[in-house]
Amino acid sequence: MTTSIDTSLTPTAPAPAEDVSEANRSVEAASQWTLMWWKFRKDKLAIVGGIVVILYYLVAVFPEFFAPKDPFAFDAQYTYAPPQPLYFILDGRWNPFVYGLRFERDPVSLKKTWTVDYESRIPVGFFVKGEPYTLLGFIPADRHLFGPVNSGDPFYLMGADKTGRDVLSRIIHASRISLTVGLVGVAVSLVLGLIIGGISGLIGGRVDNAIQRMIEIINSIPNIPIMLALAALVPVGTPVLQVYFFITLILAMLSWTGMARVVRGRFLALREDDFILAARLDGVPQMRLVTKHMIPSFLSHIIASITISIPFMILSETGLSFLGVGLRPPVVSWGVMLREAQEIATVVNYPWLLWPVTGAVVIFVLSMNFLGNGLRDAADPYAN
Amino acid sequence: MWKYILYRAGYAMVSVLVISMIAFAVIQLPPGDYITDMVNRTRQTSGGIDPEAEQRLREAYGFDQPMHIQYIRWISNIVFRGEFGYSFFLKRDAGEIIAERMPMTMAMVLGSFMLTWTIALPLGIYAAVRKHSIFDYGATFIGFFGLAVPSFVLAIVLLYFTYSNFGRATIGLFSPEFVDAPWSVAKFINLMQHLWVPALLVAITGIGALTQTMRANLLDELNKPYVNTARSKGLAETHLLWKYPVRHALNPFVSTIGWLLPALISGDVIISIVLNLPTAGSLLYASLLQQDLYVAAGFILVLSTLTVIGTFISDLLLAWLDPRIRLT
Repeated sequence: MTTSIDTSLTPTAPAPAEDVSEANRSVEAASQWTLMWWKFRKDKLAIVGGIVVILYYLVAVFPEFFAPKDPFAFDAQYTYAPPQPLYFILDGRWNPFVYGLRFERDPVSLKKTWTVDYESRIPVGFFVKGEPYTLLGFIPADRHLFGPVNSGDPFYLMGADKTGRDVLSRIIHASRISLTVGLVGVAVSLVLGLIIGGISGLIGGRVDNAIQRMIEIINSIPNIPIMLALAALVPVGTPVLQVYFFITLILAMLSWTGMARVVRGRFLALREDDFILAARLDGVPQMRLVTKHMIPSFLSHIIASITISIPFMILSETGLSFLGVGLRPPVVSWGVMLREAQEIATVVNYPWLLWPVTGAVVIFVLSMNFLGNGLRDAADPYAN
Repeated sequence: MWKYILYRAGYAMVSVLVISMIAFAVIQLPPGDYITDMVNRTRQTSGGIDPEAEQRLREAYGFDQPMHIQYIRWISNIVFRGEFGYSFFLKRDAGEIIAERMPMTMAMVLGSFMLTWTIALPLGIYAAVRKHSIFDYGATFIGFFGLAVPSFVLAIVLLYFTYSNFGRATIGLFSPEFVDAPWSVAKFINLMQHLWVPALLVAITGIGALTQTMRANLLDELNKPYVNTARSKGLAETHLLWKYPVRHALNPFVSTIGWLLPALISGDVIISIVLNLPTAGSLLYASLLQQDLYVAAGFILVLSTLTVIGTFISDLLLAWLDPRIRLT
């Protein structure tokens, strides 16, 4: 357990030795958030992680704009089309393009063999007109960040799947589902954690003891079997949206314990603090004491633990969908895409069904972990 | 000490009881039961079953009783008679099915547990001693990577490579000639030669986390004045390191068993589904999908009991290592 920020926020608190310039800007007078920021920005990995996470969420908010194609549009001609390398320079000038594709069918196995068609060049551009869509659900638009200049041309930067759908566009659209599962799940587990952890820490005594034992028991149940059991409850015909909320609820129900522990620990530490005692002696009502004085002082810790639990949620959704008990097609999530890569014999022939999705998941989770660790360290500006 | 052991044992039993209720309730939640399922199937193939017969079947299996009665019947059969019920799908005794799978599951979990510790411990110690070296950063990065790559993706990648190199997508626990052979030393050696691959897949996440835990624990210790004192008295560096700080840093490390064990069991379940290993996971998954009540509930109960026992052992180990715990 780390020491509480507020006890150490006295004028005698030692400034970190390496911070001469920041000591000049008076560490004593800096707010808690300023201190956090000073500590956070020194962690280069966390900064990079934060930027990547922001980019991911930006893509998740506007997938229609970032994806060159409709993720559901199939094309019988381009089934299992291989990734087309992107070229930027043509005849010494900036002129992005990809080569077209041609296939020959093996007369015996009927397997397609793709070859690059160096005769046909498909010009590629930024902010090109493509299939129309509605941004955020109500703004009609037809511009895409990048794509073929003539919108009908084949353009598969990461290849196509078994029905000729563009893998890259599917990964981009899947990010919306996969990334928000984490956010919604964390929101639910935050509410549960705040209430239960708050009760535990504020009331203390027997109630606290009972809640702590309950949390220990929940934590000792292996996650995956219970998740599988709960997810297997969802009947096959359930509407997509309901499945989505059910899955996030399952994830939240198994992960609020971590949040509750953080909240309880903070409450217990703060309860005895001088400024809380002062406020209480001043006659501040309990509710106001909690919301105005206690929660703001450990908000940073909560944010850090939220960041740390999002990757868990996302990986769990991916795992459940991969096993076929989470989200199901036609929804696109990373887990659903990985499930499509389950047939090893297929994947060996068409490896682009596996690697790009895996990369998307791993890069996101890595970045989120770096960001979360940086935030956790920064939440305690005086900790070593 | 005995008082402490008794207290922890009683606590472990209460935990198992609560877990058994949760497990049974969760499995019971879906609407309908195996009989509904069966009736639907017979309706597709033949004329179906008349409602009276359906009702009789339900009574015979006890499905007409309220849930708490069913639970009490189930748990007392397990506790007093060691009967786990009947597998409707496999038409066999559920206890037998579970017992068949458990030895291999235990082998997997123990194997991955040992791998986690034997890899994470030295890695964490070395990273702490060579703080901010290339090795330290490498260990940190591998740790983060282990946390970021879901184990089932690692399993697919592994299958991918075995298939593209050897032309088959199976990672069994035995060579073909040993699968049906009776147990022998050769078969055991063969198992050990195969087991480490899936065990390592399961262990990777834990290795990442534990390396970081050990590194942080040891760094806390290394900064303490007694280390400087010992050093200034001329104690050899390796002797100094192993005699005091490592032993201190091990205490919080032991308490990680409490979460490592559930995590490893979860990992084993998912890996055994993907690789189709003859451990608990693949059968649990099948029984959940088929609403095979007693097999699924039995598996969850047995697996959870394993983690509770593991936590109990780690508590005792901690109390033995650290007198402060057993005396308060």
